[in-house]
Amino acid sequence: MTTASPPTASPPAEPRTRVSRSRPPGWRGGERLRRGLLAVTAVLVLCALWELYKAIGPATGGRLLGVPVLPRANDIAMPHTWAILDELGKQEVRTAGSDTVGASVLKAMWFTIKISLVGLVTGIVVGVLLAVAMARLKIVERGLLPYVVISQTVPLIALAPLVAGWGGKLHLGGLEWQRWMSVSLIAAYLAFFPVAVGMLRGLQSPGANALELMRSYAASWWQTFLRLRLPTSVPFLLPALRLAAASAVIGAIVAEISTGTRGGIGRLIVDYSQSASSNSSRLYDAVLGAAVVGLIFAGLVSLLEVALTWRRGRGAAPGGTTQKAGS
Amino acid sequence: MKRRLAGGLAAVLAGTLVLAACGDDDTTGEGGGGAAALTPVKLQLQWAYQAQFAGYIAARDKGFFEEEGLDVELLEAAVDTPPHQVLADGGADFAIAWVPKALQIRESGAEITNIAQIFQRSGTLQVSFKDKGINAPADLAGKKVGNWGFGNEYELFAAMTEAGIDPSSGVTLVQQDFNMNALLSGDIDAAQAMSYNEYAQVLEAENPATGELYKPEDFTVLDWDEVGTAMLQDSIWADTEKLEDPAYQDTATKIIKASIKGWVYCRDNPEECRDLVVAAGSKLGASHQLWQMNEVNQLIWPSPDGIGTLDEAAWKQTVEIAKATKNADGDTVLTKDPEGLAYTTDYVTKALEELRGEGVDVTGTNYKPITVTLEPGGV
Repeated sequence: MTTASPPTASPPAEPRTRVSRSRPPGWRGGERLRRGLLAVTAVLVLCALWELYKAIGPATGGRLLGVPVLPRANDIAMPHTWAILDELGKQEVRTAGSDTVGASVLKAMWFTIKISLVGLVTGIVVGVLLAVAMARLKIVERGLLPYVVISQTVPLIALAPLVAGWGGKLHLGGLEWQRWMSVSLIAAYLAFFPVAVGMLRGLQSPGANALELMRSYAASWWQTFLRLRLPTSVPFLLPALRLAAASAVIGAIVAEISTGTRGGIGRLIVDYSQSASSNSSRLYDAVLGAAVVGLIFAGLVSLLEVALTWRRGRGAAPGGTTQKAGS
Repeated sequence: MKRRLAGGLAAVLAGTLVLAACGDDDTTGEGGGGAAALTPVKLQLQWAYQAQFAGYIAARDKGFFEEEGLDVELLEAAVDTPPHQVLADGGADFAIAWVPKALQIRESGAEITNIAQIFQRSGTLQVSFKDKGINAPADLAGKKVGNWGFGNEYELFAAMTEAGIDPSSGVTLVQQDFNMNALLSGDIDAAQAMSYNEYAQVLEAENPATGELYKPEDFTVLDWDEVGTAMLQDSIWADTEKLEDPAYQDTATKIIKASIKGWVYCRDNPEECRDLVVAAGSKLGASHQLWQMNEVNQLIWPSPDGIGTLDEAAWKQTVEIAKATKNADGDTVLTKDPEGLAYTTDYVTKALEELRGEGVDVTGTNYKPITVTLEPGGV
């Protein structure tokens, strides 16, 4: 849900820019305004639907042959949207110096953003390096790729305590392994996979004609790599980065819960869910915080996308890329 | 235009990374520090900071650990990092764990030893609405019975086994969440609850029928201490192998002594200890934590033989139940009596001697619980 809006922003971008070129220069601002309004409207419609269901839905939920089919509409299962917002301003614990729920959620978001970012960057670096190694040597690809795929079938809940356990004994020089590093590591573990696979596919995407052209220039492997393979891998890398960003955030949040790392959104969700029997609004606040972290990461990837595509120039992709990118 | 935009974006991204790196430095700083003379010790708790661990938090924050020359780092636990496992893996020097779970991991080869039995009574209850008519373990037959699993369910299973119900077929077992919504919404008939936590959660929730908070009269509570299937809970565990080392032995005595001081402090100052727990980062609410503090005190005090002393009869009962109780898979928790050094009272005896010498009341004979009014939502 959190990444729903950005994907629509990139692929249709080409026709849209072409259209906008023919319009007066001031029109782009209008377009942006329209998109912003659309996003706000979407949120409002969602809130309205929520309230509508609350008004007409069964308070105790609907069951068909004993199987629950309709969610409960009572205040514990579905608090009012304004109650969720109102809760943000309330004090977390009624003692002096206690933060408001909103401040706590913001702090936790910042913590999770830092950890996920470290994980994402590590994951991207590892993924790209693996992809380059696999593209360079066929034997590495044959030997490594199955393990890269298998790595993602290990359930996260099984992995998290193991990583946390190893981490407790690690000392990197003078630096002691911290718990947040375990969380970042798990985020990176999830994030590297789409990057490695997507990048590898991208590096292998140049068509035979393009490769033969490079050969006719007597280009070395590295020259071919830099001039041909790397640029052609970008369209494959971008969706992979989107997946990686989402995975890093999810990985960090789940790993926080799993390893008991205090400070982030994952832990806050557990903390708040413990009092959800009497007040579930703040639990929704924490979940909203998690969603916003996801959106921020989607935004970061969009920025990265702009930076990566700006150099290439539009439509200048070397031969073979365009028709293969669609497959 | 495009170029400038991308350059700006790259700068923003780089800035974020730098900020992230700086922020991480802050967290790194926490682990180090402490005077050189203090012995660094890691104590693994059983869950997040809450009044269940108030004694240790007080010992840390009121300087009792420091008085004993220890620099204790309290480690919070999560669902997937059980304390006995962390201790056995060497991730902590000491751990707070429940006896049956610790014995189970001992049987599979982990070498850990109970050095102080802090909680004298079990705090586990099985709570149901009065109209369900669950007044004895036998009434659970055919019902939807909630439990947390992970070894927290043995007392319940023991009670059911004793009442002639096979836990794997005689009831519908439901894995419980972190809260009591399943009970309140009627998804389960009886829910596992700690007297000091989940039971309070129920009493902080609003009864939609009356518009007021639920009252104790609305529920029936099965208390395993009364049923007779109670098992020993929070206790301090040490690494058996390291206990050969005189320095570690010394640390064991000191950590027990300081922890006991913390618990004595929390017995006498429940409100202040609640504030310490909240300051440590608990989000559970002030009245909820005070309730928890008060209930936990009642699990400890009075301790006729001195807090931390392991009652041999209770230990035997725990072991016997663990050997006789089948879990959901049909296996018993323990297959034989614990071997080797499963527990020792040497260190707690020494710590109590020193504390008595200092004039500390370690039995709490005159302890009286306070009255706590739970607020809606436990705030």
